[in-house]
Amino acid sequence: MLLIHCPYCDETLPEAEFTYAGQAHVVRAQDPSSQDDGQWEDFLFMRENARGPHYERWRHFHGCGRFFNAVRDTVSDKFLTTYKAGDARPDLSSLLEGQE
Amino acid sequence: MNAPVPAFSTDASAGTSVVRVTTAAPCARLSLRARGELGPLEAALGLDLPRRIGARAEVGETEVLCLGPDEWMLRGPEAVAPTIRAACDEVYKTHPMSLVDVSGREVTFVIEGTSAAELLTLGCPRDIDRLAVGEGRRTVFDGATVVLWRDATDRFRMDVWHSFAPHVFDLLATGCRELAAEAA
Ligand SMILES: [Zn+2]
Repeated sequence: MLLIHCPYCDETLPEAEFTYAGQAHVVRAQDPSSQDDGQWEDFLFMRENARGPHYERWRHFHGCGRFFNAVRDTVSDKFLTTYKAGDARPDLSSLLEGQE
Repeated sequence: MNAPVPAFSTDASAGTSVVRVTTAAPCARLSLRARGELGPLEAALGLDLPRRIGARAEVGETEVLCLGPDEWMLRGPEAVAPTIRAACDEVYKTHPMSLVDVSGREVTFVIEGTSAAELLTLGCPRDIDRLAVGEGRRTVFDGATVVLWRDATDRFRMDVWHSFAPHVFDLLATGCRELAAEAA
């Protein structure tokens, strides 16, 4: 079973306690009424379909209940890192260096 | 499961010489959510809210378990609920928070015996050995969210929502028989 590190519990725990929650860092416009249809389409529906490292949200559903972010390689299913919601998006090159 | 779910008895118990599952007496359960400066709240409650997820604290007969960064479960005899509520009401005037009485939401199974930890591995994917005595965690047991309290090496309490209780109990009862058969 996949083991996932929850940044809030600070424990590495079985995947069965977690749920996937889509792409991370999708930011809602500060001024929603200024957005045209195309911008809304991008915000609501357009998502990356990464082959390799993907920034995504997870939730420690059967645990602390918190949403957090992760970088996971969609090919190997390996988690490069997990971090708290609201933290800055970690730089990919330094994450990949850390893997080697 | 296609079989009809039998009515769940509130004093269900099962077990053998290696592990025993019983239903605990009803108690007061309060779910507390609060952020920011917790000092006044702790002063009103007369207890220190543990900050580390999984850590527990105890004052008199009231127990607190930290379930999340801003979430605690308080439990104690039924008589303490009004006292806790009154204490929080006072702090609420200056510090918004959420305190919900969830006493009627769940039942507690007491799981004890030399094979108690092994019985839990039947439905819980966690490494039970890493759950230290005197701590607790919210986790999953065969698909149902449960809160596990470890009171001793061979004694646990498991809080289960009512709707999941018959299923969880049946699974535990089956496990008791399996472990007894293994031991025989
Ligand atoms: Zn967590």
